[in-house]
Amino acid sequence: MTALAPARFRHRSLVEYAALLSVLALVVTSLAATAPAPEKLGSGFARLFAPSGMLTQMVPPDFTRIAPIAWKLLETLQMAVAGCFLGLLLALPFAILATDRLSPHPLVRHAARALIALFRTVPDLVWAIIFIIIVGLGPAAGVMAIMVDKIGFAGRFFAEAMEETDPGPQDALRAIGASRLGIIGSAVLPACLPSFTATSLFALEKSVRGSAALGLVGAGGIGVDLKVAFDLFNYDEALAIILLMLLLVVAVEQGSGWIRRKLI
Amino acid sequence: MNAPLPPQALAGSARAEPVLAVAGLTKAFPGRQVLRGLDFTLSPGQATALIGANGSGKSTLLRCLVRLVEPTSGEIRMLGRDVPMLAPRALRRLRAEVGIVWQRHNLVPRLSALSNVIHGVQARMSGPHAWAQSLAPAPVRGEAMECLARVGLADRALLRVDSLSGGQQQRVAIARMLMQRPAFILADEPDASLDPQTGEEVMSLLLDLVREEGLSLLVISHRLEHTLRFSDRILGLANGRIALDLPTSRANPTSLRRFFDHAEAA
Repeated sequence: MTALAPARFRHRSLVEYAALLSVLALVVTSLAATAPAPEKLGSGFARLFAPSGMLTQMVPPDFTRIAPIAWKLLETLQMAVAGCFLGLLLALPFAILATDRLSPHPLVRHAARALIALFRTVPDLVWAIIFIIIVGLGPAAGVMAIMVDKIGFAGRFFAEAMEETDPGPQDALRAIGASRLGIIGSAVLPACLPSFTATSLFALEKSVRGSAALGLVGAGGIGVDLKVAFDLFNYDEALAIILLMLLLVVAVEQGSGWIRRKLI
Repeated sequence: MNAPLPPQALAGSARAEPVLAVAGLTKAFPGRQVLRGLDFTLSPGQATALIGANGSGKSTLLRCLVRLVEPTSGEIRMLGRDVPMLAPRALRRLRAEVGIVWQRHNLVPRLSALSNVIHGVQARMSGPHAWAQSLAPAPVRGEAMECLARVGLADRALLRVDSLSGGQQQRVAIARMLMQRPAFILADEPDASLDPQTGEEVMSLLLDLVREEGLSLLVISHRLEHTLRFSDRILGLANGRIALDLPTSRANPTSLRRFFDHAEAA
């Protein structure tokens, strides 16, 4: 005798159906309220490719100002490296204080986690505006914005890596009377090194991509030139800047990928 | 056959202050009483085997002794100090004098054997020079190499510990414990995850430390033959109480079997 095949789908309760419907309703209403109308999208694309349209005027890219653009790209990379370095440096103590096993007190742990969440939640463009008010226009504001953004980004991943390490070696050192700092330096950091390296390299890639945009609000780097090119309708120069930015980002990603493969 | 006891253990056991004196020790977890009032003392320079079926409270007892688990009530006097009354700093100082060998060696896998042994010096000194062999001062490196040589692994000093065999890793853990310069050793089934021959070598090494250095050892043992070969005295734990306390020379293997029978413990 052949056995009966099981039901194709699991029986669901009314509550589950209601939850599913609510999610569907949210998706449909969101699309209806905010997604562009197809005809509007079509006419917009047509404008882009018209003889006087932006994309048409972008080609061929104008590399006549390549020297000043290259200097600005270097400044962008320097902003990313400096901001990322400072951010990673400060992320480590924040992450230690946010880790269950290493934090000296639950209140400290909650405070550290809240700060990391705040740094991560506020977009780097907003941090850039805040630091422009504090240190003025220019790359210093960008460096500070990247730094704070990286404390949020790396702080979270560093803390997660430390939570996930094998507690055995830490317990063994605690049992012989090692200090908290000794346990961190001897057992936690060596165990987390591969994860920290991967996170740091991702943070650098993210910083390079982010630092290009920070110039749009006046926080230094190539973004300033890109904004000026668009404002003056120099779309061919804007394309040259975008292509060089792409080159920089790809180079950094390739470089960090190579380092990751070598180290981890 | 057991090796002879060192002179200080034979001569001084009756009058020397015990390395460990436990009285009325209890430990309860929510809904479960694990230790129900233990009383025993350990003399210096002796190897004592602690036996008992699974769940009898052996590991809990070991952890309570150095307050890795807080006891519920009772007195513990170790190396002349009242353990339950110790403030955190004093407790750290006591722990520094007690070497613990775990069932899992608990080494830092990415670091070399030498770096792991150097970690043992954190019982005496702190700071980055105790974190890794590359940062350690020459005398510390030298002492760590001596400890590695003591366990027969000097030639593996710079190998990552995760590239060593299970037995070699346990030896590195013992070398780290030696680096502490402990006065008293607690060992929680140090031979549990090792093959019989390697387990025997590790137990033999621990007994050598008792005989040659005059250290005291309390070892949880889960193998009857090791209990009989590598201890001077046997404490049996059953239902949270000391149910057996006798010199190993007078132990009868048949009567000990119930302490290794898991079904009876349940």
